[in-house]
Amino acid sequence: MANILIFTETSKESVKSVTLEILGKLKGHSLDVACFTELSETALSDLKKFGAKNIFKLNATGIEKYSPEGHANALKEFIKTKSYDYVFSGATSLTKDLLPRVSVSLDTGMISDVVEVNFEGDVFKGKRPLFAGKCLATVEFTGAKPGFVTIRPNALGLSDSTSAGEAKLEQVSVNKGEVKAEVKEVIKGKSEKLDLTEASIIVSGGRAMKNSENFKVLQELAEVIGATVGASRAAVDSGYADPSMQVGQTGKTVSPSLYIACGISGAIQHLAGMRTSKIIVAINTDPEAPIFSKADYGIVGDLFKVVPALVKEFKKLLNK
Amino acid sequence: MNIFVLVKQVPDTETKVTPNAEKTYIDTTSIKWIMNPYDEFAVEQSLLIKSKIPDANVIIVRVGSTRDTEALRTAMAMGADEAILVDSSDNLDSFMISKALKGAIEKSGKKPDLILSGKQAIDDDCLQVPQILAQMLGLPSVTVVVGFELNGDQLILKREIEGGAQEIYQVNLPCVVACNKGLNTPRYASLPGIMKAKKKPLATYSLADVGVTDNDRKVKYSNFQLPPEKPPGKKFDALDETKIDSVVAEVVGLLRNEAKII
Repeated sequence: MANILIFTETSKESVKSVTLEILGKLKGHSLDVACFTELSETALSDLKKFGAKNIFKLNATGIEKYSPEGHANALKEFIKTKSYDYVFSGATSLTKDLLPRVSVSLDTGMISDVVEVNFEGDVFKGKRPLFAGKCLATVEFTGAKPGFVTIRPNALGLSDSTSAGEAKLEQVSVNKGEVKAEVKEVIKGKSEKLDLTEASIIVSGGRAMKNSENFKVLQELAEVIGATVGASRAAVDSGYADPSMQVGQTGKTVSPSLYIACGISGAIQHLAGMRTSKIIVAINTDPEAPIFSKADYGIVGDLFKVVPALVKEFKKLLNK
Repeated sequence: MNIFVLVKQVPDTETKVTPNAEKTYIDTTSIKWIMNPYDEFAVEQSLLIKSKIPDANVIIVRVGSTRDTEALRTAMAMGADEAILVDSSDNLDSFMISKALKGAIEKSGKKPDLILSGKQAIDDDCLQVPQILAQMLGLPSVTVVVGFELNGDQLILKREIEGGAQEIYQVNLPCVVACNKGLNTPRYASLPGIMKAKKKPLATYSLADVGVTDNDRKVKYSNFQLPPEKPPGKKFDALDETKIDSVVAEVVGLLRNEAKII
């Protein structure tokens, strides 16, 4: 049984879903949770249900907004007081920035974006994609403990069988230490939707969208099925979509349960970024488009006619 | 002003990769190498600064194999002044690469005022080196940067976070900045630039020169493999407009009843 800390973030009232995926997958080990943000009753009961033993709410003044140095110093200080074998977390925008800093300040290693978790006894051995998923490799730690592991959201899935933990909540005071890079302001994004890397449904548009205005067609579909809208490199480079929407090797690597590719031909670098999606639907006028080789359901047709038909059909199905 | 720009050389995004026979890395025999695309934004940003501060010295640093120096030559052809290559195998982990970069910067004898890099390399996709290097050097760092404004010694940086939201940072030099797509539009190397690049200084160090040994390894890779292929899916013809409604109804039905995801 390994002694593991899971670092979590909250989103609205809940802990991030990837935290519950990790807890479920690591069932059988000793699992503590640490968090900087307030935990609601819902969040606490979810953590309990999925087996959390101790829950540490870390409190430090001056880091209400994310502070790369402040959060790193505070988390390091807390981890130093414990003796964890591993620190797990979802691979999110925040932890991608934060955890390399914490790992090096403890002189330990970090493995990013793991998609498969295995243990040999107490020893972690995982699998992670490289070259945006064109290849996979087995990864393990050779250095000191604790090893840091981030897990790609949606990769492990939520476990059906859980065993409840004690979920003992403890308030811990920590210090932000010296902070040189200060966050002055946070500008909200245009959409309140989940980020592409965490979304469970993605609707993506390619060159065939023809202009940015036409992305409204995809927005409408996304609205009905609760999806986040993405884009191919061709669409971003042509100025039809914002770079933050790009899926692929030079954009975001995603693994939603459903990926709907509209007017995307399927360049190798795009396929690399979305091939781990559970179900792929492709809509393209060219029956020979490479995207169809990866699609579970391919529709050869004009996206501007097919997508509105999908909207209508989904509305009917979901009684909207 | 010394601006160090960290670049990595990676397989072209259109390249197919396959594991080598020993499964210890990918087969590198027929790969076309390019500069890591995110690093192009870092090189461009250094040159934009140089155009305003002419005495700025842009030094490119790369840790990697000597089999091809494409990335370094490209960066110098774009306008960088000099380059350092730390000769290493392909399979260093992020900690070793960061330590080698730190060693190379120190060995150059030039004090860094600004260190720029891409936010991630598209070969191992770890997103770790800029933060680790900054920590090792005791410098602040900001990652995933899409906005950059330098006034004297002060930087105002925009960092992209989830859902296209942004954090605005204020930080003084020296610091490490990891650049993202959207920051600028990288220039192409001009023909005179390419000719000039051939004469620019390129120093080569060994890993031993920069103080990195195999004992620094913290993460080990093995068993490189291709992802499992999906079985072929179902394809429906809806080019004929009269078929669209029935095809769409069938696909939506399959998503609910076969795939069970809606």
